[in-house]
Amino acid sequence: MEASFYHAKTRYPGIFGWLFTTDHKRIGLLYLISTLSFFAVGVSLGLIMRLELIRSGMHIISAQTYNAIFTIHGVVMVFLFIIPGIPASLGNFIMPLQIGARDVAFPKINILSWWLFIIGGALVVTSLFTGGGPLDTGWTFYIPYSIRTGTNVSLAVFGVFLIGLSSTLTGMNFLTTIFRLRAPGMTWKRMTLFTWAIYATSWIQLLATPVLAITLLLIIIERFFGVGFFDPAKGGDPILFEHMFWIYSHPAVYIMIVPAMGAVTDIIPVFTRKNIFGYMAIAASSLAIAFVGYLVWGHHMFTSGMSDTARIIFSFLTFLVAVPSGVKVYSWIASLYKGSITLGAPLLYTLGFIFLFSIGGLTGLIQGALATNLHVHGTYFIVAHFHYVIFGGAVMGFFAGIHYWYPKMFGRMYEEHLAKLGWVFLFIGFNMLYFSMFVLGWEGMPRRYYDYLPRFNGPNLVSTIGSWILAMGLIIMFYNLIHSLFAGAEAGDNPWGAASLEWQTSSPPPTENFEAIPVVTKGPYDFK
Amino acid sequence: MNETAHIEHRDYVGAKLGMWLFLFTEILLFGGMFLVYSVYREVNTADFHEAGMEMNMTIGAVNTLILLTSSLTMALSISAIKRAAKMRSILFQAVTIILGIAFLVNKYFEWSDHIRHGFYPDSPKLLAMSHGKILFFGLYYVMTGIHALHVVIGISIIGFILILTLRDSVSGTDYVKLENAGLFWHLVDVIWIYLFPLFYLIL
Amino acid sequence: MVRTYFKITVTEKSWAEACLRKKIMEQKHEERTHVPTRVFVIVWIALVCLTGLTIKAAQMKMGEWSMVANIVIASTKASLVLWFFMHLKYEKRVFKLLIFVPLITVSIIIGLTFFDIWYR
Repeated sequence: MEASFYHAKTRYPGIFGWLFTTDHKRIGLLYLISTLSFFAVGVSLGLIMRLELIRSGMHIISAQTYNAIFTIHGVVMVFLFIIPGIPASLGNFIMPLQIGARDVAFPKINILSWWLFIIGGALVVTSLFTGGGPLDTGWTFYIPYSIRTGTNVSLAVFGVFLIGLSSTLTGMNFLTTIFRLRAPGMTWKRMTLFTWAIYATSWIQLLATPVLAITLLLIIIERFFGVGFFDPAKGGDPILFEHMFWIYSHPAVYIMIVPAMGAVTDIIPVFTRKNIFGYMAIAASSLAIAFVGYLVWGHHMFTSGMSDTARIIFSFLTFLVAVPSGVKVYSWIASLYKGSITLGAPLLYTLGFIFLFSIGGLTGLIQGALATNLHVHGTYFIVAHFHYVIFGGAVMGFFAGIHYWYPKMFGRMYEEHLAKLGWVFLFIGFNMLYFSMFVLGWEGMPRRYYDYLPRFNGPNLVSTIGSWILAMGLIIMFYNLIHSLFAGAEAGDNPWGAASLEWQTSSPPPTENFEAIPVVTKGPYDFK
Repeated sequence: MNETAHIEHRDYVGAKLGMWLFLFTEILLFGGMFLVYSVYREVNTADFHEAGMEMNMTIGAVNTLILLTSSLTMALSISAIKRAAKMRSILFQAVTIILGIAFLVNKYFEWSDHIRHGFYPDSPKLLAMSHGKILFFGLYYVMTGIHALHVVIGISIIGFILILTLRDSVSGTDYVKLENAGLFWHLVDVIWIYLFPLFYLIL
Repeated sequence: MVRTYFKITVTEKSWAEACLRKKIMEQKHEERTHVPTRVFVIVWIALVCLTGLTIKAAQMKMGEWSMVANIVIASTKASLVLWFFMHLKYEKRVFKLLIFVPLITVSIIIGLTFFDIWYR
């Protein structure tokens, strides 16, 4: 058995040993690098947006360019970063190790998924520079504008279609892996809660993404053939498009958040040295979120012209979906209580996650209530909400997971003080950037506009400055992570003293993961 | 010992499970289209009935029988390979492919006929008609079109498996690829089982 | 130490042997479930008859009740294909349970959308 999977003798030489690998660990790293690269693109676009919005009446770009930028920011961040995000990178690398498997069920389909993702991303990027230019419809592609606009919708949408196919195949792969490849003694109740989260997420990826696929295909068909499904002149209903789009895109946000919740649930026991509180409740809540998440999509459409009956029903169901998330938050707090706490970077990011996600989640309730929704829909309140849950929630959870599993993936430790410094900048910058938006939205500033009334100047300035502090935090954090690849202290097999299976093999693991597949006799957070 | 070594690196149940999960995604894909169909039929019931009169029930019924029979031959090809009756399995796979091609040929004539009569998306004749009729024909082309695409894919997959069977890559001891191809083909049949009444039996 | 896992007694620490024995068991089970040709042919005949029935039901022109009848017949045909041709009858219980997942999902999607369509 060779020292680590980095030194494996591969079928193809050099870089091709990575590009055509079937090793889930290499594929996880391929995804990690590509998704984080797209994240950098998305962040840059966001910074440009904030620069444009620094002051009322001042412009550095045209309105058309602004429309394109917020659209691409959304498409890149949603489809090219956070949806593949944790499942494709950390899920790929860590989950098979956690269940004691040597790889996923279908390794070749795994690398195919990555290539579909890359080709889809390439098509999206190409669409910016070809045809009618970068699309300006918003990442939600609402009808009728997405049909009528001359920008390069079809190419970009087809790229997203391929990315969706990648996501679907990954979901199928992970489900089969968890069903079939668990080590002896690895019962469902002995799996880590990260693996449970990946399991629930895989169901959403499997079942929701095809609805996006057909919706995107219908956009392309409509642009080319004018069939009329969403065109009132031909009897079509634009609201039906919104239904179909959100039937995927709401469950999609649970694809984003549930794995992050899984990562922090793995981190907390290790950094408090006690078993997680409410294992069954947390596992069940992941499945509950996955299921109830299918029932609430209408809350994106309260002002669309949907029937009152539908609006009341969706509002009620939306309040219901908050419950399993609440179960998790209470369980995490109870897990921290009376723990022997080490405030390492993974736990710091976890605490930030819990705080920021809670704010985002609570504001979601304000949006879920019909009366208040009418006031805040289409304003910066919504923008603030989803950045709190997705960025403050899912991405913070992603960062927590990257720091936690860093030694396992790279065999080295990141530098702890720099990690904490980065976190401080991130946390302060994040709240300046996005809390201002709650204020702006409540005061009535609409979203997706490239300018605003002078009375909104104050919070917008705070927000833009916040974006710079946040960017500083990201630079510090990524500098630390990259620099430590070369200069970090060597990590042992199990620097955190964790009990789950991935830590019972070397860091980094060999290609076949374990010298001998272990027989599991205790739970994943059993520190005795 | 040889048998066990051969089974060791394969997961027969896992391979089938993966295929079933993939079929679930196809059910959801077509489910989205059935959603569109059901919404527009509900809102334009009378118009759908009128438009349904333009459909040729005979071709639809013949195509239904073709696909049902092709499912039979596909199932029989698997039975044959389990008994290591290689040439019989290949024969049944070939018949399945031929039936699939027959389906597509029928579809070609059917679509040509409709297009010649001016019933196609965005045609002047169609646009002059009621909304329900425009939507019905739109749904007809898109749903049977995506279905036909899956028939093409299915034929290609079975063709590929047929070659593998010839080379003994698919055999009496290792036939999960044929079974999975069969599962895909049967799903294509199941989709058509629903498309037939929805488009050809609105009278 | 003796443990029971997947109904196989694992005395060895080696994962490979435990997994292998389970797979051999599954393969032997699969080989035992040989569906006779006549079953398939009978199912095919039933499907053809149901096709004829559904055409008759449509020609009876009962309005929207014709559609209900047709969907019921179509579902019967689909169930026959799933149960016999797709081998679901002979598969492990988990397969039989899982098939409901996409069906329920599609039902939810259509059902909740209709709360909008019906009450606009």
